[in-house]
Order: sequence, then C-alpha cells, then structure tokens
Amino acid sequence: MISRAYLLYRTATSVVVLCGVSLLTFGLTFLTPGDPARTILRQQYGQTPSPEVVDAFREEHGLDEPVVVQYADWLTGVLQGDLGSSYGSGRPVTELLVESLPPTLELAAAAMSVALVVAVPAGVLSAVRQGEWVDGLSQLGSLIGVSMPNFWLGYLLIIVFSLQLSLFPVAGDGGLSHLVLPAVALGTGMTAIITRLIRMSLLEVLDEPYVEMARSKGLSERIVVYKHALRNALIPVVTIVGLQFGYVLSGAVVVEIVFQRPGIGVLLVDAVFARDYPVVQGAVLLVAVLFVITNALVDLTYQYLDPRIQLGGSQS
Amino acid sequence: MTIAESTRSDAIQRRLRSGIEIVTGTLRRNPLTLLGAVIVCFLGVLAVVGPVVSPYDPAAQNLANRLRPPSLAHPLGTDRFGRDLLTRIVYGARFSLGIGLAVTAIRVVVGTAIGLMSGYAGGWVDEALMRLVDIQLAFPGLVLALVVAGILGPSLRNLLIALAVVGWSTYARVVRGSVLSIKERRYVDAARLIGTPRRRLFRRHLLPNVISPVIVIATLNLGTVVLATAGLSFIGLGAQPPTPEWGTMLAGGRQHMRQAWWIVNAPGAAIMLTVLGFNLLGDGLRDMLDPRQQTRIEVV
Repeated sequence: MISRAYLLYRTATSVVVLCGVSLLTFGLTFLTPGDPARTILRQQYGQTPSPEVVDAFREEHGLDEPVVVQYADWLTGVLQGDLGSSYGSGRPVTELLVESLPPTLELAAAAMSVALVVAVPAGVLSAVRQGEWVDGLSQLGSLIGVSMPNFWLGYLLIIVFSLQLSLFPVAGDGGLSHLVLPAVALGTGMTAIITRLIRMSLLEVLDEPYVEMARSKGLSERIVVYKHALRNALIPVVTIVGLQFGYVLSGAVVVEIVFQRPGIGVLLVDAVFARDYPVVQGAVLLVAVLFVITNALVDLTYQYLDPRIQLGGSQS
Repeated sequence: MTIAESTRSDAIQRRLRSGIEIVTGTLRRNPLTLLGAVIVCFLGVLAVVGPVVSPYDPAAQNLANRLRPPSLAHPLGTDRFGRDLLTRIVYGARFSLGIGLAVTAIRVVVGTAIGLMSGYAGGWVDEALMRLVDIQLAFPGLVLALVVAGILGPSLRNLLIALAVVGWSTYARVVRGSVLSIKERRYVDAARLIGTPRRRLFRRHLLPNVISPVIVIATLNLGTVVLATAGLSFIGLGAQPPTPEWGTMLAGGRQHMRQAWWIVNAPGAAIMLTVLGFNLLGDGLRDMLDPRQQTRIEVV
C-alpha cells in the first residue's frame, strides 16, 4: 500500500516545485534584453514607439508596478484561473490554451499508442530471440529511431506518403488521416526507447528463479513469457512511458510545426516570436504543471504495481 | 628512482594496461561502439579539415545552378540559391559539434560542481539545491530552452546559452548520488582526519569516483544537444539563414520538397549520423565504465 506519509511528502514537494515553477515562468519575461514594453511594442508596430505609447502600454498591463506586485497579481490571477490576455489578439490566455490543448493531447496520445503497439511486440520478440537476426534487426531499428530527428522524419514521411503516394494529406488539421503521419513522426523516437527498455527488462526478468520455476513445472514458453515474465518486465516501462510525457510535449512542438497542426506547440512558438508574454507564460505553466502531475502519478503507480518498491522520503 | 616512485609508476602502468584491455575487449565484443567512435572521429576531422579542402564557398550564390540534383560536381546537389549542399553540410558540422561540445562542457562543469556541493554538504544546502534541480526537471528541457532562446532573441549565441542553462540537473543528480555513497567510506574519513585540505579532498578522492557516469551521460548528451540545436534552429530560434547550420538548412528546404528532395534530406541525414555516432559511443562507454548501469534511467 502507498503510505500516507509518502503521499503527503510527494504532495508537499510537488507544491514546492510548482511554486518554483510559477516563479521561473514569471521570471522568464525579465530575460528580455532592454525594456520589455519597448521591445514588445517595437515588435508589434515594426518601429520605435513613442514614449506616450510605451507609458500607456505599461500602465495597461501593470508593467509600471514593482516586480513583486506584478508577480503577486499574476499569481493571484493564475490561482483564480485568469492568465491575463494576449498582447496580440487581446483574447484571454485561458481560452487560447483550452483551444490548443486538445489537438496536442490527441497527437501525444496517438504517438504513445503507435509507440506501444510497435514497441511491446518488438521488445518481447527481441528478448525471446536474443542474438538472432530478429533481435539484431530490432536493435538496429531502435538505434536509428532514437537518433532520428523527428522533424526530418516528418518531412521524409510527407515526401514518401503524401507527395509520392498521395496516401495522406501534407499538413493541416482534420480527421484521422491528418493524425497518422504526425503520430508516426512523434512516436518513432519513443518506440525505439521503449523497445530497448522492454528487451532489457524482459531479459533481466527471464533470469529470475521464479521464471526458472515456471519453466521446470513444464509450462509452455509462451505462458512463461507472457503470463509470468512480461508482467514484471513491464513495471519499469510504466515509469519510462510516464517520464516520456515531457519528451512527447517537446517533440509535439516541433512536429506540430512540421505538419502545420494547431496545438500548444504552434501557440507557444508563435507567442515566443511575437513576444506575447502572457501567452508564453500561460503555455509554459500549463506544460510544466501537466509534467509535474504526470511525474507524481507515475511515482505512485510504480509503487502500486510493485509493492516491493519502498519510496523513501529523501530518495531522489 | 626511489622505491616509492617505482611502485607508483608500476601502478600507473598496470592501470593503463588494464584500461587498454577493457577498451579493446569491449570493442571486440561490441563492434557498434567502434562504429560510433569511427563516425564521431570522421565528423570531427570533417569539421576541422573539410572547409579547407572544399572547392566551393558555402555562401556563394549561383542562381544559374539552382536546385540541381546530386551529380559528380555537386555530390549532394544544390539548394535554391545554387549553393553546393555538401560544402554547406561540411561547414555545418562545425556549428553542430562546436555547440554540442560547448553546451555539454558547461553542463558538465556546472552540474558536477553543484552535485559535489550538494552531496558533500548535505543538510539545507542539499535540500535547497535539489529543489532547484526538481524545478528545472519540472519543465521538458526543450520547451524551456525554446522559451529562453526566444526571449533572449533568436541567434546561435543565445541558443547556446539557453541550452547550457537548462541541462545541468541530470549531472547534479547523478554526481550527488555517487558522492552520498562515497563520502562515508573509510578512506574519505581517513583523508579528512589527517587534515587533507577540502579542495584536495574533492579533487583526489571524490571527483575520480564520480567521473565515470558523468563521461557516459556527457557522451549521450552530445547527441541530444546536437538534436536540440538543430531542432530549435529549424524552428527559427537558433542560427539564422544564410548560416550553414543543419536545422536552418532543413527548414529552408521545405518549399522545395516536391521538386528537390535532397535539400531536406542531406542535413537530416547529417544530423542523424552525428546523433547515431554519439549514441553508439555512449552506449559502449556505458558498458565499459558503468557496468551496474546507474546511468541507464537518467539519460533516457
């Protein structure tokens, strides 16, 4: 069982981390070289703004207040679900995020599915046939998969499947046909990592005495592998799949740009280029919060799946 | 030569010999590591020598010669300004390897220093530094680097800063873990008791014991940094055209995918080859230096 003390500790550290995250997210703005208000306005109008315009902008967005007050205001807003509004379109940031999140989650889920559907059989086959050509092939495939930049893979897929074979649309947003290529581009790196992990983990488990025991009872190899070994071998996979969530989000940013798919990635990159700070802060905060929550959940699931694991307080 | 000196040089020779044996043994068992080393050396030589022997100028435009497919004169074809792609790829190796090395070096130094401090000092220093690490690990690295680079303003220098700032926490964690287990050993206590200065204690007794996992992570990290540099430049946040940087070149090939497939594929393949080289080498080094696979989960 998960101890209450651990649950409490995990929640407490998560809260500390989230406070730090909010501070860092807010502080990003101050990395702007020179004066933010002037830089933003120059970006928007394409010329140096007059002092009156700058002052008006500062007052409108509270940039004339002391930093501490600005942070307090921002944080109060965040806790009430108000992330301010975009400098560009004037729309509330929360609205933009709510609009952009579903396509990104859809892409992430599709990529994860691609990865698991390919990686589990490939990893198992690789481990069971260790040293044979199937194993070599799958290991070579994984090596290439991890090393492949997903934006290049995206273009390769477009060239082959959209331009040459006309099987899928080149870019944009729409039904399932628009999801296939981006999901493959994003999922390939993950497939490679998970395949290697399942192979390694299964090989370790297959050496354990209880597997030997199952074998000597006369159970068929199929039952030994799938019923006895694989279950335990999948435990570390859960962690990695969870930790890969951050990788998926990072990758989604690039893949969304390759396929011109709306989502958090495109929203964030556009906002970064336009110096639309409220949107940047909102998107970064959302990504970090999602990431922190997933990691905490992964920790807890891990312990639930394998009661032998004791997660101590100060272990990190 | 005194006796002490001769035993010392004997010991050094013995260590050297066993080191060489480990390396050759691993290479024989795992030829892929050798392949990785060959790729990395090849790219290194290419980056240094390539620009000197290349007959073309990476920036010289020749509009009469634009979008030419691969041929003898232009083995990888030409881009939309008629520039020779192979030449640009070769020059690009300088940027990718240079940034990769610089960023990784900064990460290693900062991360190791913080890890040593955190593990050795313990108490509130440790707690504070580790929460700092947690906060950094709360962001997907690439997203944070993207925002930092974007806000600082798109340029290769700012990209380098952004990538260096966000990636040191892995090293800090691993080093701290090693220090925690080492600092309780007898020989460290002994060194402390005879009054070894702290600086010497760190350099002679702690650092050598934490260096193996750091080397492994750094090698694998080089691949990741090359990938991130290319990715962020591809988005437009790193090198700006006409810099012959691989990610930037790939982004520039987008409009011509239909008639000139080689423009996106040449830099793409170059990035993949580089990352593959570092990954193969890193995997091999891990088998060699870290048989207990402590670094396994950290890097993935």
